[in-house]
Amino acid sequence: MIEEQLGRCVASWYKGASGVTGAARLSGGASQETWTFDIIHAGGVTGAILRRAPPGYGASPGRACGLDAEAVLMQLAHDAGLPSPRVLHVLQPEDGLGAGFIMQRIEGETIARKILRDEQFAKARPMLARQLGQVAAGIHSLPALRLPKLREMNSTKEIADLEREYHGFGRPRPVFELALRWLRAHDPGPSRELTLVHGDFRHGNLVIGPDGVRAVLDWELAHFGDPMEDLGWLCVNSWRFGEIDKPVGGFGSREELFAGYEQAGRKVDPDRVKFWEVMGTLRWGVMCCGMMQRFRQGPDHSLERAMIGRRSSETEIDLLRLLAPREK
Amino acid sequence: MQDEPTPEELVKVVADFLRNEIAPAIKGHNAFKLRVGINALDLVSRQLALEQGGDASEAARLKRLLGVDGSLLELNRALSEKIASGELDLQTPGLAEHLWQTTMDKLAVDQPNYGSYKRELGTK
Repeated sequence: MIEEQLGRCVASWYKGASGVTGAARLSGGASQETWTFDIIHAGGVTGAILRRAPPGYGASPGRACGLDAEAVLMQLAHDAGLPSPRVLHVLQPEDGLGAGFIMQRIEGETIARKILRDEQFAKARPMLARQLGQVAAGIHSLPALRLPKLREMNSTKEIADLEREYHGFGRPRPVFELALRWLRAHDPGPSRELTLVHGDFRHGNLVIGPDGVRAVLDWELAHFGDPMEDLGWLCVNSWRFGEIDKPVGGFGSREELFAGYEQAGRKVDPDRVKFWEVMGTLRWGVMCCGMMQRFRQGPDHSLERAMIGRRSSETEIDLLRLLAPREK
Repeated sequence: MQDEPTPEELVKVVADFLRNEIAPAIKGHNAFKLRVGINALDLVSRQLALEQGGDASEAARLKRLLGVDGSLLELNRALSEKIASGELDLQTPGLAEHLWQTTMDKLAVDQPNYGSYKRELGTK
């Protein structure tokens, strides 16, 4: 059924399109869906991705910037020469497909374990940290005047948000308290420079090919804030997938990441990056606890959610390694 | 007194059956979900084996640190409040050791293959 709807929609803006084929749901919860499909046209087929909130799910919850803003950001990134898919069409009410957009599909891998282990990425791995530094610098340099309306965040607000969310769970976690205490004591305050922050710059949202970074996806958590946040989040141990001595995604060093960033003409503040790494570690821990809440209270009573709840202790050991390292 | 086999033995035999007989025959997304399910049963096995000992030593440490008695939940709430208020911190004798031991005991149940845990155990 979605293929018929997509076919009608695509025919209205894609010259020579005769239909769509191979529509398959990729991921997402109840309020947001990602579909892959192929557009058939006289010249062959073009891979496309639909990202949408189905009809009836309009509003974006809490921190999300909204699908319209995501589409604008991806197109701006594409136009600036960053690895980002071209936005082909923003959904209109007459499309009957809900809110969202259709973009070019970029082939490649997003699964961290494959990127870190498969032979086909062996040549890409040593380049990734530097490349991602350059990409992050490009994102942080997008002209503020052309950006959509986004929420503004700073470290002090983020600490308060995390604390409120964690206390809402009603279950004491001494290590989280220690981390909150550390974050308050080391809060660098608002950044001198406010830029666009991707907000979820890590494995899973990066399309990697044998040649390196091909696309940055999922701008849902984009906001204005401290650019060092993206670099700190990328270094969180939870995204190293066992390669714990390579702080950048399990494939590279901070030095390479920072060198790439500065090569693109921007400055790194390593203390702020470290601060955001601690914040990010706690944030992922709080998110794991949130998964457990959603499992218990519904609507997502799934096995995966339940088991992610038991991963919050991983962030506790990582917080202790950051804040109270044991002498070796 | 309940009869045998024990919960430990039952959970283990089910997990082994799913792992050895069923998993090889399942494909696609359900294979992934089955693996998550087997991981959950293995976690339960570890918790059944380790929880009592871990909880007892955690409670003993908490009583020493706080100088009060109570349930594990009450003691952890009291410790959390004292860390939040700054009354206890990493300079407090025994606090860092307590947090480390408690966290290591949790990882031994939750995720014994986690890289940081293996590193801290000295096995990797």
